[in-house]
Amino acid sequence: MTTVTAAPSRTHRTRPNVITHLFLGVLVVYFLVPIWFLIVASTKDAHGLFAGSAGALWFDKNFDLIGNLRDLFTFNDGIYLRWIGNSLLYALSGGVGATVLSVLAGYGFAKFRFRGRNLTFAILLGSVMVPLTALVIPTFIFLSQLGLTDTIWAVILPSLLSPFGVYLMRVYVAEAVPDELLDAARLDGAGELRTFFQVALPLMRPAVVTVLLLSIVGTWNNYFLPLAMLSNSNLYPITVGIGLWEGLASSNNGGGQSLWSLIIIGSLISIIPLIVAFLTLQKYWQNGLTLGSLK
Amino acid sequence: MTDAGTLPVENLGQNRRGSSVDHRSRRTSRERKHSLAGWLFIAPFGAVFVIFLVAPLAYALYLSLFTKGLATGTTFSGFGNYVKAFTDPSFLKGIWFVIRFSLVLIPVQMAVSLAAALVLDNVTSRFARFSRLMIFLPYAVPAVIGALMWGFLYSPSFGPLQQLFSLIGQKAPFLLSPTNIFGGLMNVVTWQWAGYYVIIIFAALQGIDPTIYEAAKIDGASTRQVAFRIKVPMISSALILILVFALIGTLQFFTEPQVLGPIANGTITPYFTPNIYAFNLAFTYAQFNYASAISFALGIVVFIGVYIFLFLTRKRGSFLS
Repeated sequence: MTTVTAAPSRTHRTRPNVITHLFLGVLVVYFLVPIWFLIVASTKDAHGLFAGSAGALWFDKNFDLIGNLRDLFTFNDGIYLRWIGNSLLYALSGGVGATVLSVLAGYGFAKFRFRGRNLTFAILLGSVMVPLTALVIPTFIFLSQLGLTDTIWAVILPSLLSPFGVYLMRVYVAEAVPDELLDAARLDGAGELRTFFQVALPLMRPAVVTVLLLSIVGTWNNYFLPLAMLSNSNLYPITVGIGLWEGLASSNNGGGQSLWSLIIIGSLISIIPLIVAFLTLQKYWQNGLTLGSLK
Repeated sequence: MTDAGTLPVENLGQNRRGSSVDHRSRRTSRERKHSLAGWLFIAPFGAVFVIFLVAPLAYALYLSLFTKGLATGTTFSGFGNYVKAFTDPSFLKGIWFVIRFSLVLIPVQMAVSLAAALVLDNVTSRFARFSRLMIFLPYAVPAVIGALMWGFLYSPSFGPLQQLFSLIGQKAPFLLSPTNIFGGLMNVVTWQWAGYYVIIIFAALQGIDPTIYEAAKIDGASTRQVAFRIKVPMISSALILILVFALIGTLQFFTEPQVLGPIANGTITPYFTPNIYAFNLAFTYAQFNYASAISFALGIVVFIGVYIFLFLTRKRGSFLS
């Protein structure tokens, strides 16, 4: 791309264009409005929320962010923090576990020839198409037979399943880890495990980060699985917890007012960790998300 | 890093074929050890796959073949539950809704995402980079929170719609009423997912060799022609991949309507989508046999839908070819 012939296309690409920028501007506003609303609303007290002085999309004259935060973290003995902690636990253990399994299996599929490999990989690809939420109720019934529902395992263990992660790793390893390199390591006397950890794994790092990020986000955002599995509200992740508050707030319209404030500030706080993670890890996911989707 | 992504997926098949030839030529003890190592690398995932995918599905299939009656106890009913499901107006209404919803939502969502990605691919200003991040931001927001935020914005008591409409002396429409819910939900889902699709399409576009555009320019192609005659066809497999995921996701629609249910004044029925119906059958009515059958029936519909789609768009070397 450093050739001289490519130069004109570059200058064309950078030409500023009012209409395209206007289009992008509209998109940005659309995608930011709900988040802006959340930021503004989380600084209002209950009165400001329902009858604020400056409307729903601007700050009220009474700025009560600190009060709302205090309410949020003290409500019900600080159950909110507990939910955030649960979400972290589920997302990290589910995400890391799913990534480890995907990395191992992807490497196995890409770099070993064994009887039944094509068949197993075909089954795996077919399972990418299995609707995972249609699997939630069968998994619930199955786990309840084992007495595992309403425990943290009921959320963590099913989150370890990531056929798409295996598929991504398989595609990546097949291209990025040359067979010659592995054979050289084996000829030098390295065992399979050592070859994997010292030769293959370092080359797989970009894909590992991507699969990790995707599985952590997937588990953090999951709602259906924990909603079905858990009935003890002390085990709820933040998504199910906020959903519980929403149900309470809308079922008693009068007394629900203060809960709405909690829901708003709680929603805002809960999206900050992932947004920060995405903004700081841009370099990784922007490249990584393309894995397996090209050509 | 990007060039690893640009390598074609269809190489998979070729690798496979090529390797099985030299595999057959010689089978030493070293190779048998090699084969065992391969299985061991796959074993941990394989165990999870069997326990959390194969076993629950098998068990649910088994359950779905039985019926629990108050007087009769649990009796084998064969495909009775499936016959019941596919003649159950509640289930059929839900299926009809998600099919209609997919048919409208997915083209709109794709058109918006493709347009945004093509624009982002053409402009390299700092604002364009900023826009790309902002458009992607909703992906980091859980669907529950996304749905709630839009629920707030739609809310007649503290949302901004009423203020906007009172400027022109009108009463704001309630976007979660039975007539408006379709559009209201479409907006939420588009907001939630469009950014993810934009990034995938954008990345695919960036993988195209720009000298191709150059050649087209010399032949007198306009920017528009380059976009629709070169760029779009070259990223068709990325488009098909995300269309498949969009289709699978939409047919299983659950979170957004479930979350908006409590504030929608009864618009979201207990059988609004098949997944909501199965959830309520299982957890409100404890009808696990029938709920299993509904889950399976939904799975069958999704499978058929995806295969019809892949058949219609079949293309050599695409995903799952």
